[in-house]
Amino acid sequence: MALLLGALGVFVVSGVTALCLSRSPRWATLVGSGGAVVGSALGLVIALMALFTGGAESLRLDWSVSYGSFFIEIDALSAFFLIPIFGLCGLAALYGGGYMGVYSGRRALGTPWFFFHLLVASMALLVLARNGVLFLICWEVMALASFFLVSFEDDREEVRQAGWTYLVATHLGTAFLLVFFLLAGREAGSLDFDKFRPGSSVTANVLFLLAVIGFGTKAGFWPLHVWLPEAHPAAPSHVSAVMSGAMIKTGIYGLVRALTVVGAPPLWWGWLLIALGGISGVLGVLFALAQHDLKRLLAYHSVENIGIIALGLGVGVVGVSAGAPTVAVLGFAGGVLHVLNHALFKGLLFLGAGSVLHSTGTCEIEHLGGVLKKMPWTGVTFLVGAVAICGLPPLNGFVSEFFIYLGAFAGMVSLGGGEAFPFVGVIGALALIGGLAAACFAKAFGIVFLGEPRTEAAHQAHEGSLAIKIPLAALALSCLLVALLAPFILSVMVPILSQLTSLSPMTVSDSVRAGPLWFIVLAGLGVFALIALGALGRRWVLSRKSVTKAVTWDCGYAQPTARMQYTASSFVQPITELVAPVLQTRKHIVFPQGLFPKAALLETETPDVARERIFRPIFGAVRRGLSRWRWLQHGQLQLYVLYIALTLLVLLLWKLG
Amino acid sequence: MTVGIETILVLLLMTNVALLGMSRLGACVLIVALQGVLLGVLTLLFHPGVHTLLVGLGSIALKGVAFPWLLGRALRQAEVRREVEPFVGYNLSIVIGAAIVALSFWIGSRLPVAFSVVSPFVVPTALCMLLTGFFLIVARKKALTQVLGYLVLENGVFSFGVAFAPEAPLVVELGVFLDLFVAVFVMGIAIFHISREFDHIDTEQLSMLRDWRQGGDQRD
Amino acid sequence: MDALSFVYWVISLVLAPLLLGVINKTKAFWAGRLGPPLLQPAYDLIKLLRKGAVYSKTTTFVFRAGPVVSLAAIVMALTLVPLGGRAGLLSFQGDLVLFAYLLGLMRFFTVIAALDTGSSFEGMGASREVQFAALAEPALFVGFAVLAQETTSLSLSQILSVISIETWGQSGPALALVAVALFILFLAENARIPVDDPNTHLELTMIHEVMVLDHGGPDLAFILYGAALKLWALGAIVTHIMLPVRTGIFWADGMIFSAGMIGLAIVTGVVESVMARLRLTHVPQLLLGAGVMAVAALVLVWR
Repeated sequence: MALLLGALGVFVVSGVTALCLSRSPRWATLVGSGGAVVGSALGLVIALMALFTGGAESLRLDWSVSYGSFFIEIDALSAFFLIPIFGLCGLAALYGGGYMGVYSGRRALGTPWFFFHLLVASMALLVLARNGVLFLICWEVMALASFFLVSFEDDREEVRQAGWTYLVATHLGTAFLLVFFLLAGREAGSLDFDKFRPGSSVTANVLFLLAVIGFGTKAGFWPLHVWLPEAHPAAPSHVSAVMSGAMIKTGIYGLVRALTVVGAPPLWWGWLLIALGGISGVLGVLFALAQHDLKRLLAYHSVENIGIIALGLGVGVVGVSAGAPTVAVLGFAGGVLHVLNHALFKGLLFLGAGSVLHSTGTCEIEHLGGVLKKMPWTGVTFLVGAVAICGLPPLNGFVSEFFIYLGAFAGMVSLGGGEAFPFVGVIGALALIGGLAAACFAKAFGIVFLGEPRTEAAHQAHEGSLAIKIPLAALALSCLLVALLAPFILSVMVPILSQLTSLSPMTVSDSVRAGPLWFIVLAGLGVFALIALGALGRRWVLSRKSVTKAVTWDCGYAQPTARMQYTASSFVQPITELVAPVLQTRKHIVFPQGLFPKAALLETETPDVARERIFRPIFGAVRRGLSRWRWLQHGQLQLYVLYIALTLLVLLLWKLG
Repeated sequence: MTVGIETILVLLLMTNVALLGMSRLGACVLIVALQGVLLGVLTLLFHPGVHTLLVGLGSIALKGVAFPWLLGRALRQAEVRREVEPFVGYNLSIVIGAAIVALSFWIGSRLPVAFSVVSPFVVPTALCMLLTGFFLIVARKKALTQVLGYLVLENGVFSFGVAFAPEAPLVVELGVFLDLFVAVFVMGIAIFHISREFDHIDTEQLSMLRDWRQGGDQRD
Repeated sequence: MDALSFVYWVISLVLAPLLLGVINKTKAFWAGRLGPPLLQPAYDLIKLLRKGAVYSKTTTFVFRAGPVVSLAAIVMALTLVPLGGRAGLLSFQGDLVLFAYLLGLMRFFTVIAALDTGSSFEGMGASREVQFAALAEPALFVGFAVLAQETTSLSLSQILSVISIETWGQSGPALALVAVALFILFLAENARIPVDDPNTHLELTMIHEVMVLDHGGPDLAFILYGAALKLWALGAIVTHIMLPVRTGIFWADGMIFSAGMIGLAIVTGVVESVMARLRLTHVPQLLLGAGVMAVAALVLVWR
């Protein structure tokens, strides 16, 4: 525990140092990046050790804040969430060291590094906190630090917009959490988590709903996700990676932790989570399909993956309340493991998108193309990430989705009848998400990295420095390792699963027989072996034969140009057309006219339907309602002082009277 | 026996889904005809006897032969081939069809049926046909498709009747047949005349015939 | 995992191209032609393997990885499929998920290899492929869910070994619905009529053929062989549902299985002879229809 606090100390010290060194971009970057790497490495080692030894360790210090205490504890669940936080943040910091170079001279680099460190430290402390006040303080620091990181390029209008959207969304979520903790604390008479006791079923239901809304806003459940597709593209890429890979997972952590304290779940909690997960997953991937900004596309995929995680948790909750241990264990195992997996591949994809942006200056998919030849490292690792996020074997995404599938199948078979219908929903939704995600990443990888460069910007693509390449390679490698070490990882997760399902570790290990996992590992290795065999076979067949290069055989057309390639929008057009009523894509078309048309134009834009149809009307109504009180606001200092004085006076009179 | 009945019921379910996904009107008429024949066979399988023989053969003759012939003639005269631009698209219709199947089975499992029914699928299938008929009437524009929707609706009612045939008097069934026959006959003639007068059989445009025209006055 | 399963796996690897031969013969019979010899698909593979290769200057390693990864994925997927009434080479709880996702891996690499050429024709084919796959996937999984619910098992081998004549007697309608749904998916996944036409090479209307337009020589051989294996793997599942007869005798089961597969190929050939390819905008309806059938079957299984 002391070591862990030491690691957090490293973050704080190096963050402040970087802030002080703001004048020299080189030193700020060196200290900022180096400090974060050292701190993360230290934290990661401790988290891994805590996970393997399995024991919980706690520290409680008194605090002058009322109801607050500095009560932290590291148990298996916290340690598990610390791994993506430290692992991804360390690599992102290394990457940021190479990435932030572009801004040197234009911007002070000390500030973003300071906020980056603050963000990591607050996330880490958040998952350790066992007191409501401490938790909320970390939650707020995390929100503010990430807000400042999002609005790093604050001279751009859309970045400022994104920042405000994020700030409003995160605070609305916090408001629900405040009520959550007040309510839970009132029942227990203390805000320490270990004092929370399951109350009446009404209280439990209210607490659960508050947690779903409050934590769901951070995690990005549909329709609370609206800030996500704005904030992630606006932030610098390594920050996007951290936000998407680690920060939104604190929402999931909060939800999971809440599940452990609010008491035994009724069946409908699980159904609600399944419904939310299915909607988030399907709509997330559909909107991702319609995007043509690479980072925005990835942001929508975060919504999709949060949906998959929610599906897993939902299956687990239904399993717990229906008294089906296998279902519960499989569902939670899938959901929790997907948290780690998503951190790995989404971090990888955001960093990859970042290095494309870094070298070409654009994230517009339609402007790119042929990048793989110029950026082999980024391209290959992006491909690994794409295969992983589609949940395809033999990479890690498949393992967690496999658990959720297995849980849903097992639940369906054991419950049977209409009760089992939500499980079929899970199966259908996962299958649909899988198919659509494959379509989306075929587009993202295929249009950006393959073919010919579509614009001058794409010709400029070049590989970044070693600091950019190493994190990419490390994350790609860990995607593979998690898949191959899956049975082992599952055995480490046993304490977490037993905590979530309130089953004894023995029952958990029994019901989650690692048997299928070994077969999956075997099949994965088999696929690799067969690929190697096939490649060797082809080399052998082709030896002593003519292997020549030519132009792409475009059905006899010998002068193909880059502009003749299929575009991203046309690639997904059949699907987007099929679901047009959901997407409500706006089209701006100028048709070619006359016999020798000079110009034609087609622009599409798919704004978020939840933002347009749900939140815009609500906020519009609120603004109209409040504008009636605008006469209170004169902009004169004297009047404001008068307001304050009057308020104080009224309060005093009320208290005395 | 039960397997035979259940197979027919499943085929009936599938005809509903096929109706939802078809745009060619000729094919739709054929499917409804098939539905009529299936219902007739179902009746015969359910309660073999003189009483039901009449109903079953009547159903086959009327719904399997007479109506399709009438409607096919109306179709040829009106010279329409397919339903274009229905209110609800075909893909969505199929998805709604799946929802209807699930819903009717759910309702079927909840519905307290006092007397023994040969197969537990009868009631859900009948419900499914009812709902599909309603949906077709609501979601399609052509008068012919609406007649078909009406027929499917009636088929649903009929299969309810089949399930409880010993309880339902023969006269009622025959009365329903007569109503139906007159309805389809009149509709067939109406469709023909409408199409001759207006060059189309879109019911949407018929609504323009009402007295008050929305927004039309300013233009005139 | 036993020796006889391995024998079946190897025999399948050898015989898979023959199934295409049977389909082609059937189509030729319907057209009143003599048709190519039964072994023609195998001859084609050998011919292609003896050729050199021409690669587009646009392409990268992804283009070459496409056929190899696809073939590896389908060979692996074939190990999970029960053949000749025996359990698959590998079978475990949940192998049906792995099977479906290995097909997904195969498709993903075919698609990105197509996009690697930068040709708009292949982009078009790839685009259609992913659209139809996204719609076929839920139908496939719901179909699997029906089988799992019916047999209370989560492994392909176990599911198909439980289904027997008696199962058909008990819940024939549901099984028939699933079988039809899976047959539609079998046609769609293998790029047969009414979803795709394997015969013509008219780029604007094709899906699978146009995706592999630029592949030649050994690469094309890999792709054709992979397609034949996919036909075999999915066909074996449909055959096992439709023809659940097992004697326990190795040779007898083998004969029954082969007869079933040949029957399936003939049915496929007949479908291709009597039907036209659907318009592309109508294919989603067909796939959704298969999905609805699977849902209806599930409801029937539950009652």
